[in-house]
Amino acid sequence: MKPAPFDYVRARDMTEALDALAQHGSDARIIAGGQSLLPMLNMRLAKPAVLIDIMGIAGLDQVRREGELIVVPAGMRQAALLRRPGLASEQPLLAAALPWLGHYQTRARGTVCGSTAHADPSAEIPLCLVALDGEIRLRSRKKQRRLKASAFFAGMMVTEKADDELIEAVAFSAARPGTGYAFNEVARRHGDFAIVGCAAVVEAGQIHLAVAGVADKPERRSWPRLDGSALDDALNAFAWELDAREDLHATARLRRDLVRNLGRQTIEEALRCLA
Amino acid sequence: MPRLSAAARHRIGFTLNGKPVSVEAEPRLLATDALRHGIGATGTHVGCEHGVCGACTILIDGVPARACLTLAVQLEGREVTTVEGLAPAQDRLSVMQAAFRRHHALQCGFCTAGILISLEAFLREEPDPSEQALREVVGGHLCRCTGYTPIIAAALEAAAILRQPITTSTDAESAHV
Ligand code: FES
Ligand code: FES
Repeated sequence: MKPAPFDYVRARDMTEALDALAQHGSDARIIAGGQSLLPMLNMRLAKPAVLIDIMGIAGLDQVRREGELIVVPAGMRQAALLRRPGLASEQPLLAAALPWLGHYQTRARGTVCGSTAHADPSAEIPLCLVALDGEIRLRSRKKQRRLKASAFFAGMMVTEKADDELIEAVAFSAARPGTGYAFNEVARRHGDFAIVGCAAVVEAGQIHLAVAGVADKPERRSWPRLDGSALDDALNAFAWELDAREDLHATARLRRDLVRNLGRQTIEEALRCLA
Repeated sequence: MPRLSAAARHRIGFTLNGKPVSVEAEPRLLATDALRHGIGATGTHVGCEHGVCGACTILIDGVPARACLTLAVQLEGREVTTVEGLAPAQDRLSVMQAAFRRHHALQCGFCTAGILISLEAFLREEPDPSEQALREVVGGHLCRCTGYTPIIAAALEAAAILRQPITTSTDAESAHV
């Protein structure tokens, strides 16, 4: 339960971090808050030769607004985003989901972008990114690029990030008028990984539901404003389309059931916010 | 750029409970091991070593952190508080520690160091917490023998004592002893 040996690079600015990444590629890992990476290192599920610490880089810990986007840079801790004044009106989905993310103690250290990079299929931040059609901003020494969340998450802890890239920031869309948001999660204990997490976004003509913990990555579907048994049918179809995981914590059947029931409950809550 | 080689030990300096300390650390050394084995500060306990149990919780610059999910090299230049730093003097308990004793909020004490640290940080942010909020904070810790009810009761009482004006807090504290 101790990490395998690695060199430790304390980057003083982004250029140093990107140079080190360019040099070491897949042998290197970025460390920010370390709350996802350290368990992997301790259990030797990850054995990088080089760790590049980016928390000493100035200016990476302040949220920026770019028009309708809430841009969260690589050094921002989850607790700091949760404490952002006015977050509940700026983006109610984030305000509702973040308290479910790990524990008080891990949110204090863990970063928003770190959780995105880790890409656990049941994690709340990837779920919110997918639900809000957010974007991931990647940067290497050579180039910068932006990917939609739905294109970024590729599978269980697998993303489209190249070995020489790091996540510079992620961007969530801010709340739009006339749109309702809701979040729900079922876990063994509050703070544990979700068995299923649901994030609903409801607008005048459309319902969007994103679910985590079911397939190997968060998935979103959109429908017109269905209700009654038509909505049940749509949710049922969604539940079956996802290749539900079966593990120690829950059967695939329970997960499908949660998509149908928790999904519906979350959509209804989002509708009530709208009303 | 500053690079610490895996094969060597590096001197890492930080402040521990108000005093400057330093420890020799390979990059892969966990903060728990640096504290316990490097410095001999064994108040910080190690349960799971992967971030689940909370026994190893310390404060880094006043913010709670799992020491087992922290590298010793990440402590460089930081202010670290461990359970050894909570009591105001050698033979006195902190308000929270005294409340834990009154409420039998510990049996073996294995989990206690981490829980005291989390509560210390949380009450600074939130001096008048709801029971629900305290349950959330304690939810980041596993206690396998005492159970959580006396821990919450102790925390609520200590918070109430700490909210009283400074001049009367020692009276209130001694009235409870
Ligand atoms: S020993 Fe660190 S959380 Fe269990
Ligand atoms: S007092 Fe024994 S584990 Fe909590």
